[in-house]
Amino acid sequence: MRKDDIRVITFATIICVVCSLVLSATATILKERQDIAVELDRQMNVLKAFGVAVVDENGRKLTKEAVDRFFTENISEVFIDKATGDIVADPDPNVLKREAKERTHESRTLLPLYVWKEGGEAIKYAFPTSGMGLWSIIHGYVALDRDLSTIIGVTFYKHGETPGLGGEVSADWFQDQFSGKIIFDAGDLVRLEVVKGAAPEGSTHQVDGMSGATMTGNGINQFINRDIAFYEKYFSRIRGT
Amino acid sequence: MAKTKDILLDPLSDNNPITIQILGICSALAVTVKMETSAVMCIALTAVLTLSNFIMSLLRKVTPGRIRMIVEMAVIASLVIVADQFLRAFLFDISRQLSVFVGLIITNCIVMGRAEAFAMQNPPLPSLLDGFGNAMGYSAVLLTVASIREILGSGTWFGYALMPSGYMGNGLALLAPGAFIIIGLIIWAQRTIIKKFEVD
Repeated sequence: MRKDDIRVITFATIICVVCSLVLSATATILKERQDIAVELDRQMNVLKAFGVAVVDENGRKLTKEAVDRFFTENISEVFIDKATGDIVADPDPNVLKREAKERTHESRTLLPLYVWKEGGEAIKYAFPTSGMGLWSIIHGYVALDRDLSTIIGVTFYKHGETPGLGGEVSADWFQDQFSGKIIFDAGDLVRLEVVKGAAPEGSTHQVDGMSGATMTGNGINQFINRDIAFYEKYFSRIRGT
Repeated sequence: MAKTKDILLDPLSDNNPITIQILGICSALAVTVKMETSAVMCIALTAVLTLSNFIMSLLRKVTPGRIRMIVEMAVIASLVIVADQFLRAFLFDISRQLSVFVGLIITNCIVMGRAEAFAMQNPPLPSLLDGFGNAMGYSAVLLTVASIREILGSGTWFGYALMPSGYMGNGLALLAPGAFIIIGLIIWAQRTIIKKFEVD
């Protein structure tokens, strides 16, 4: 080793340690605020799926207070046993905590469901959906009307797809297409589908694909239909009554 | 040593990083659809460039020449990540619209270019001013491009309607090719005014 090498290595080590300290300090201090922002965004997306106008015509978003009011006055969260389709009256908090970290419904035993009530009557339902796109897990919500056959809205809010291609999942034009699509017809589930290219005119269960992002669309087809089937165990009972 | 005034003002026009040196074009194309995102991008770049020049200048005498560029990269990358973390905490929506482009400040040629070209040879205070001046030069072009794109493309400026209602937005201005054309025209106009021509 040259004499100089020691100095180079020492200097590099100091720089690395200082940089990592600065970064971890920043991340730790800002974590709480970032989590609040992420949680508010998640709640906004539940509301958006439910068809609430979260952005007014001037582009201003709902305030945190307004969002909280919807969640206390209209929306209640229940949990469904994935195996049986029963509502679980008092879910085990430890299980919920553990399963909240799971990335898809495949590895959960309790499925969360948001019920929108007005005057004590359930009129809309929404549930989270998530699964693999091309590069990343895509997270979103699906909201259904009171007879659980027509989609009110679909949102995708968290993903790591390529901006401009698969990243279009979070664009309004893509999500708006899902409103009014039929997932249950004549006693059976209908497969919801993101097609490659343009969906046939007047189709009740197909939407336009994103150019350059066929794989992302295929991913959505796979996980959104899988999750609808998971919830169907419970939904079929509500429809039955 | 150059005069303070020149260090600060030169990058605004005669030595503008975008229109004269043609650096930092990628973000100038990507984030200039709206004024809001462009302004935040400019603030982030100003913070990173000013601080990175200052820090690299402080370290210039102790940094071993052989790992000079790696050290520059580490300092710049750390600053960019800190800036990104702040955006995520305080400007969540904008940080999502900017997506990868805040992170890509790391590879913005202006930042490393100024560290190499100026901060490594000059004392901390002039370096800080040089970083700030170049960030302003970058911002001036970015905000001009964003103004043109947002007004032509959406009929708004910072989200406020400027054009009469019923104005049909120009789709080209919203797309990257539109930004290319606008930047090209700005470069042409500026070089004509200050009479800078490249000769083969």
